Amino acid sequence: MSSFDDGVRKDDLDPPYLFADYASTVLRSPGKALLVPPPGLTELTGPAFGNGDVRDTDADLTVHGSGEAIGERIIVHGTVTDSLGKPVRSSLVEVWQANAAGRYVHALDQHPAPLDPNFVGAGRCLTDDEGRFRFTTIKPGPYPWKNHTNAWRPAHIHFSLFGRAFTQRLVTQMYFPGDPLFYQDPIFNGVRDERARKRMISSYDHGTTSPEWATGYRFDIVLGGAEATPLEH
Amino acid sequence: MTEYTYDVTDVAASAGPTPSQTVGPFFHMALPYDAGPAVVGPERPGALTLHGYVYDGEGAGVPDALVEVWQADEEGAFCGTPGVYEEPDATGFRGFGRSATDEHGHYAFTTVRPGAVPTTDGAAQAPHLAMSVFARGMLRRVVTRVYFAPDDADPLLAAVDEDRRATLLATRDEGGYRFDVRLQGPDETVFLDVFAR
Repeated sequence: MSSFDDGVRKDDLDPPYLFADYASTVLRSPGKALLVPPPGLTELTGPAFGNGDVRDTDADLTVHGSGEAIGERIIVHGTVTDSLGKPVRSSLVEVWQANAAGRYVHALDQHPAPLDPNFVGAGRCLTDDEGRFRFTTIKPGPYPWKNHTNAWRPAHIHFSLFGRAFTQRLVTQMYFPGDPLFYQDPIFNGVRDERARKRMISSYDHGTTSPEWATGYRFDIVLGGAEATPLEH
Repeated sequence: MTEYTYDVTDVAASAGPTPSQTVGPFFHMALPYDAGPAVVGPERPGALTLHGYVYDGEGAGVPDALVEVWQADEEGAFCGTPGVYEEPDATGFRGFGRSATDEHGHYAFTTVRPGAVPTTDGAAQAPHLAMSVFARGMLRRVVTRVYFAPDDADPLLAAVDEDRRATLLATRDEGGYRFDVRLQGPDETVFLDVFAR
């Protein structure tokens, strides 16, 4: 159910499974048509989250070392809503990202850029009663990858969202306004409708910028579907 | 390299659902957690291992996939207790599970066979759980159902071509059930469009 008349065809909202410009999709994309199952309760429900899932410090990615993380300190905040504009409350938001030099704390990241002993780059929080989330972190750097010659990923923060139902589960990436690397990135451009693609770009938010501390970015996330009707057993 | 040369100046973002992007190769630093594979506690009666491999179009194990499941309990009821990261009690039920594949593409959960849950129209369905697979090279997740026994009366199984039904069935093995996910190819798993958009 969607209240949006946004002109974006459902098939153009999410990127296709096969997008040959992104080479890794070639062997990992289903070739057969998806089936629409009957509306079963398993898909229309989902896990609930609680304070035991997060610690207070999980939303500040800059405080987990013995010293200050290096880079441009930023505040990333926004709302998670459903298709009817209702806030998605007490829902888990998980984020991960490269450090300011474009390096992930991951064994498979071989980019010869420095690790920062004071920055891991993983965080999580629960949305509040208005569906809001807020992270303090370091602006990630762009990094090279091997998809095509001289390929670079635009700076981004990975986001994992649940919503209320299995149908609403979303993994996406938040980008930064004006990134010069957009034009050559097949992951960003895998979203074929430009209006939808721009929903992944955060906006600079001077109202959130904290004087002499951190700049602010706003990223509002809309999960498809509306909150399921409470189930009767 | 493809240069994407459309005009980027005139088009504003329109309100609407946020698109999906790949989970990428580095999610291990954030998403897997110790209790992730524990859909139930280890001492729950009927606890079994649900495991298998995620294969790509050439039959190679996908070593960097993330598999998630969601299911009802033995009675067909869903867990409403908040919390997924914490270890379930010894006989507890969580309903949600998350397992990253290993270097061979193998995932595993400890769970139970769910009870049957109906459709929203009240139609009976055979017991099943819902599964998502995320990975580098997948710009969006794939979704499927894991059934534990053939049932021609199940509305989804009945709608699937007979020669593909087996891709939705877990098979018994030592200690539990095995369910492989084939992302592509002649034996491709039946994937579902459940995406709320």
